[in-house]
Amino acid sequence: MKPPRIPSLLLALIPFIAMCFSVPLWDRIYPIVLGLPFNMFWLTLWIVLTPLCMWGAYRFETPRHEKDNPPT
Amino acid sequence: MSPGAMALGVILAIVAAGSAIGFYAGARRKMDLEQWTVAGRGFGMLLMWLLMAGEVYTTFSFLGASGWAYSRGAPTLYILAYITLAYVVSFFILPPIWELGRRHQLQTQSDFFAWRYRSKYLVAAVSLVGIGFMIPYLELQITGFGIIVEVASFDAIGRVPAMLAAVILLAGFVLASGLRAVAWVSVLKDLLMLVAAVSVGIGIPYTYFGGIGPMFNALIQAKPSHFVMPGATANLGHGWYISTVLLTALGIYMWPHSFGAAFSAKSAGTLRRNAVVMPLYTLSLTLMLFVGFAAILVIPGLRDGDLSLLAMVRKTFPPWFLGVIGGAGALTAMVPAAILILSSATVFAKNLFRPLFAPGMNDHQVGKVARLMVVVISAIALYLAIHGSSSLVSLLLLGYAGITQLFPGVVLGLFWKHVSMAGIFAGLAFGVTSMAVLFVTHHDPFLGLSAGFLGLCANFAIAITISLLTPPITDAQWDTL
Repeated sequence: MKPPRIPSLLLALIPFIAMCFSVPLWDRIYPIVLGLPFNMFWLTLWIVLTPLCMWGAYRFETPRHEKDNPPT
Repeated sequence: MSPGAMALGVILAIVAAGSAIGFYAGARRKMDLEQWTVAGRGFGMLLMWLLMAGEVYTTFSFLGASGWAYSRGAPTLYILAYITLAYVVSFFILPPIWELGRRHQLQTQSDFFAWRYRSKYLVAAVSLVGIGFMIPYLELQITGFGIIVEVASFDAIGRVPAMLAAVILLAGFVLASGLRAVAWVSVLKDLLMLVAAVSVGIGIPYTYFGGIGPMFNALIQAKPSHFVMPGATANLGHGWYISTVLLTALGIYMWPHSFGAAFSAKSAGTLRRNAVVMPLYTLSLTLMLFVGFAAILVIPGLRDGDLSLLAMVRKTFPPWFLGVIGGAGALTAMVPAAILILSSATVFAKNLFRPLFAPGMNDHQVGKVARLMVVVISAIALYLAIHGSSSLVSLLLLGYAGITQLFPGVVLGLFWKHVSMAGIFAGLAFGVTSMAVLFVTHHDPFLGLSAGFLGLCANFAIAITISLLTPPITDAQWDTL
C-alpha cells in the first residue's frame, strides 16, 4: 500500500509529542487550571485538540484517495 | 423492596433490553460466515462509531480507570493519552487494512497475515497469540460484570453466580446473532454510559465537595503526591508512562476483534472520519477518573480499588439509580465480551483449526466449529475469572503486552516491501517470549519501562534485520498488494 503523506504524519506527531513524549514537562499539579491539576488539564485539552490535528491530516489524505478510488 | 432488589431489578431490565436488541438485530438475517463475522461489510459512520466505541469503552474504562485513580493516582492518566492516540494510529492503518480486506475477502486479522506472508505456520502463531491474549481481556470483562452485580445487590448475590449467568447469556446471543447484534446493543450501552459518566462524574464531586475545583483542592491538600507520577506506586514513573502509552496506543487495533471490526466498515473514508472524531469520546473517561479520585476522601481504605466507582454510586444515589449505573456497566462488560468471544472463536476455527487439521472444510463447517468454540472460550474465561485475582488494569496491560507484538507484522506488512515472513516470525516469537518471561518473573516494569514495550522494540529490530537479510518479494507481487 502507499504510505501516508509526510504532512499528515507530521500532524499526527503533534498529539504524540503533546500527550506522550513531553510528560516530564507537564506532569505537575500547579498551575491549577479550570479546577484541574495541570497534568489532568493538559491531557483533557489535548483530547479536544487531537481531532483538530487529525482533521488536518484528513484533508491531506482524502483527495488523493478519492482520486484513486472514485466513489461508486 | 430492599435496595439490593431494586438495584438488581433495574440492572436486569437493562440487560434484558440489551439482549433483546441483540437477538432481534440478528434474527432476520441468514447467518453465513461473512454475515456473522463482518456483518456483510455494510456498516456506515454511525454503526461503525457505535461498534468502535463498543469495543474500546469496556468495563475496564468503567471500573478499572476509576479503580486505578483511587489506588494508584496519577499513573492512571495514561488511559486518557493512550485511547486518544490510538485513534491517531488507527487513522493510518485501518483504511489500508479495510482496502485489502475488500479486495481479497479478508475477514479476520489472521486472514491478513495469511494473505501477506503466505505461511500457515505464521498464521497459526498469530492466531494463537491473538486468542491467548484475548482471554485475559475477556476475563477482565467477566470479572467486571461480577463486581457490578455483587456491589449492586448489596452483596446478596455472589460474584461467581453472577459471572456464570453473564457468560451463558453472552454465549447465547453471540451464537444467535453475530456481529450485528453487538453493534446494535452498543446503541443502548453508549447512551447509558454517557448518562452514567456525566451524572456520576459531575454529580459526585458536587455532592461531596461542592464542585470539581474544590474537590481537587481538598485532594491536593490531603495527598499531593498522589497527583503526580508515580502517584501511590513505586515504579510507574515517566519512563513507564511513555512506554506504556506507546505500547497500548500502537496495540489497540492489534486486538483481533478491533482489527476485524475494520472490515465491517462500508468504506475507508468511514474509518478515517471515525478516527478524527472518536478522541472526543475519551472525555467521558476524564469524568470517570473524577469518581475514583473523589472516593479517596469519601470512602478511604477499600480493599479493591476496582470497587470504588460503584461503591461511591451506592453511597451517593438511590438504589434505582445504582441500578441504572450498574446496568450501563453490565452492558459495557457484555458488549466487548461478546465481540471478544466472537472473534477468538472465528479465528480459531478459520485460521488455526482449518489450515492445520482440516484443510478440506467448507465455510459452513468452519461456522460450526466457531460456534462450538464460542462455548469453549467462554468457559475458559469464566474459569480464569473465578480463580484470578489481578486488578482490571493489570489484566488489560498483560493483554496489551502480548497483543502489541503483532504490530510489526501489520505495519511493516502494509507499508514495507522488503519485510519477510521469517523476520516477522522471529520478531513475534522473541517479543512474546521476552515479555512473557518478564511478566512471569514479576519484572514488569523492567528498568522503569513497560515489559511489553521492551519486547516490541526487540521484535521490531529482529523483524527488520532478518527481513533485510532475506530476499524481498518481487515487484510484481508487491504491485498486487
